[in-house]
Amino acid sequence: MKYDVHTKVQPVVTGDALPKVRPELTTKGQHMSGAEILLRSLEAEGVKIVFGHPGGAVIHVYDEMHRIKPQFEHILVRHEQGGTHAAEGYAKATGKVGTVLVTSGPGATNTVTGIADAYMDSVPIVVFTGQVPTGLIGNDAFQECDAIGISRSITKHSYLVRDVSDLARTVKEAYHIARTGRPGPVLVDLPKDVLLAKGPFVYPETVNMRGYAVPAEGRVEKLERAAQMIEESERPLFYVGGGAVNSDSSELLTDIARHTGIPVTTTLHGLGAFPEDDTLALRMLGMHGTWWANQAIQHCDLIIAVGARFDDRVTGKLDSWAPHAKVIHIEIDQSCISKNVFADCAILGNVRNVLEQLRPMVKPKDTTEWLKQIDVWRQECPLKYEQDGKLRAQGVIENLRDKTNGDAVVITDVGQHQMWTAQYFRFLHSRTHITSGGLGTMGFGMPAAMGAAFGMREIGSSRPVVCISGDGGFVMNAQEMSVAAAHKLPLKLAVINNRFLGMVRQWQELFHKERYSHTDLSDTNPDFVKLAEANHCVGLRATTPEECRQIIDEAWKVTDRPALMEFQVAKEEMVFPMVPAGAATGEMITDRMTPNSFV
Amino acid sequence: MADTLVLTPQQIIRKKAAGEPIQPDDSEMTRKHTIVVLVENSIGAFIRVINMFSARGFNIDSVTVGPTEDSSVSRMNIATVGNSRIIAQVLRQLSRLVDTIEVTDLTTTDYVERELCLLKVCYTKDSRSEILDVSDIFRGKVVDITKKTMTFELRGPSQKIDAFIDMMLPHNIVEVARSGRVAMQRDI
Ligand SMILES: Cc1ncc(C[n+]2csc(CCOP(=O)(O)OP(=O)(O)O)c2C)c(N)n1
Repeated sequence: MKYDVHTKVQPVVTGDALPKVRPELTTKGQHMSGAEILLRSLEAEGVKIVFGHPGGAVIHVYDEMHRIKPQFEHILVRHEQGGTHAAEGYAKATGKVGTVLVTSGPGATNTVTGIADAYMDSVPIVVFTGQVPTGLIGNDAFQECDAIGISRSITKHSYLVRDVSDLARTVKEAYHIARTGRPGPVLVDLPKDVLLAKGPFVYPETVNMRGYAVPAEGRVEKLERAAQMIEESERPLFYVGGGAVNSDSSELLTDIARHTGIPVTTTLHGLGAFPEDDTLALRMLGMHGTWWANQAIQHCDLIIAVGARFDDRVTGKLDSWAPHAKVIHIEIDQSCISKNVFADCAILGNVRNVLEQLRPMVKPKDTTEWLKQIDVWRQECPLKYEQDGKLRAQGVIENLRDKTNGDAVVITDVGQHQMWTAQYFRFLHSRTHITSGGLGTMGFGMPAAMGAAFGMREIGSSRPVVCISGDGGFVMNAQEMSVAAAHKLPLKLAVINNRFLGMVRQWQELFHKERYSHTDLSDTNPDFVKLAEANHCVGLRATTPEECRQIIDEAWKVTDRPALMEFQVAKEEMVFPMVPAGAATGEMITDRMTPNSFV
Repeated sequence: MADTLVLTPQQIIRKKAAGEPIQPDDSEMTRKHTIVVLVENSIGAFIRVINMFSARGFNIDSVTVGPTEDSSVSRMNIATVGNSRIIAQVLRQLSRLVDTIEVTDLTTTDYVERELCLLKVCYTKDSRSEILDVSDIFRGKVVDITKKTMTFELRGPSQKIDAFIDMMLPHNIVEVARSGRVAMQRDI
């Protein structure tokens, strides 16, 4: 028996919905340097913005950029890690591919965290790294590193271009791979001699990769089975992940959920795919998900997983998760199917295609009893925090939500503030919540917000871009603030300053007998207001709920540069509810009074 | 294929919750698998395949790579062990790589498998004939001989080579070189 590799057989020849080589480009077929071919290829690909940093190995690319003035903007970032996160933020906010250009050696290694982040979170970016001349590869030449080797297990694919005649085709393939299927990062390594060599420029209109196929429609018999399972279920539940956002299926999903009356819970990356003010919305599930979403998982008899991968932060201990549930799994990446949780009905395909197919096959269901039960859980343990007149992180987030009516692109860093944002912001639109989930990269927020703001500007959206960070993570890539200022981006940067590495402090309090080893930041934190000012941004500070509202109003008046709002909040605040790592989803700690057997 | 998979922890709890019996063979059962992967003929493609195994913690017993009838395609024969759930993951992860053209698990099919072994052993006047007897039984061939050592060539399924080496162990083995398994499906 041949293993079922129906995604692996026919060669794909697609033009996607790519802009064709534009007629005004009279460069086609002309002889030019590799460096210029690279730039012309990016133009032909429709790239509008490149986040980069020059260096010896790519100096010719920058030289050509100076000469030919390509039809895209180049943003000089101040650290290559910031560049990759900016490209991620841009990609997630717009749905387009982000582009990064860096030099060899340290330039390449500085992108590694961003590439790994994009790999874990399925973000389409293409990273061009300079490389020493082919003749010197392997010689420990100055600023040489094996970028392909280092990035191999964190890229969807990678290329070392050895011949200038392969360059345009490689660029074409790189963007195609990054964008299609389950999106992800692609690295293209460019030796200096290849960039200097001359060759004809022809940007191919199609790609032909026999080993790479992109699932689209689901199989009809699987869909029929799924429709039947939905019909037969009594307590069904949609479990929605980032795949619904990546495939822009939010409206379709909302329509199906309302049509069938099936409630929806989302993962961290699924936030925004279903409007959280809907009565069917159970909000986020998992480690810091709502009590009622997790209870619903534990009691449902059918999970319809949509573009989600059953991550351990969602399931906790697998052998007690969703004990009564059959599983339908709609997924584009075959390796996610039945990896952690067995799928009774696996539908391999693009989430949007599959939902389009499924829509006419499902009928309205009577889920009143089920929704009533969920409402009981909802009353049992609502999201709450102490209202004692002190400034608290959750309150700050609620204020930011009220200021924007939830209509903003919100980028977070990693830590407690990230979870509070997920719990309290109430996301209403797809692509308005951007965070580092899989890798959990501190330092992601600020540069990603900058990238998102460039994206919003490009598509002419007036949605404000709000970055919510902790005091620990913000400092990790704060250098990009001056770049955002130089480009007059009206970013709103909220720094939730609890003078602690809050999330680690929380674990230390709960599971390590309050031994606060190296998590106190009070001695090393910068003065955030001065930091903002030194980077040509506006700096504001609040210590009370009253000031909090005031500085938010003030920050929103700033339109020509970023405004940083430092919120000094209580340090001992905790994120609840919580399923301790490795515990069963049924065993949630709901507040400090919950007896906790994990110490 | 799904029905033959080893149960996941969540499936086991589901069965328990429903009061269904859990078969003994639902537990972890590992066996050897021979997987044939056709990849683009480049070092990068080959390394990506191997790298996937190490990055995801899968086992490799042996790998062989070589050209095929099509010069742009290489054929990798990968011998690995795992339970059905792990092997299904291996196959999906392999199929997912951009450079893999076809992925086949031969284990569940009718196939032929061969391995080549070179074995160098010290002999004495006393042991010489016994060593040659063993080699004869296994249809080994002497490919080199010196005053102290003999080198044998042996072809066959891997178990045969295991058994041959086993029989030679009491003698003084100097060196063993094995090619790893190559395999091909039989036509029906
Ligand atoms: C680069 C990196 N290093 C370490 C960690 C581990 N870590 C996770 S959350 C956290 C604390 C974050 O503190 P802060 O930025 O102040 O946010 P808070 O939790 O206080 O909201 C740490 C250290 C990480 N996720 N990323």
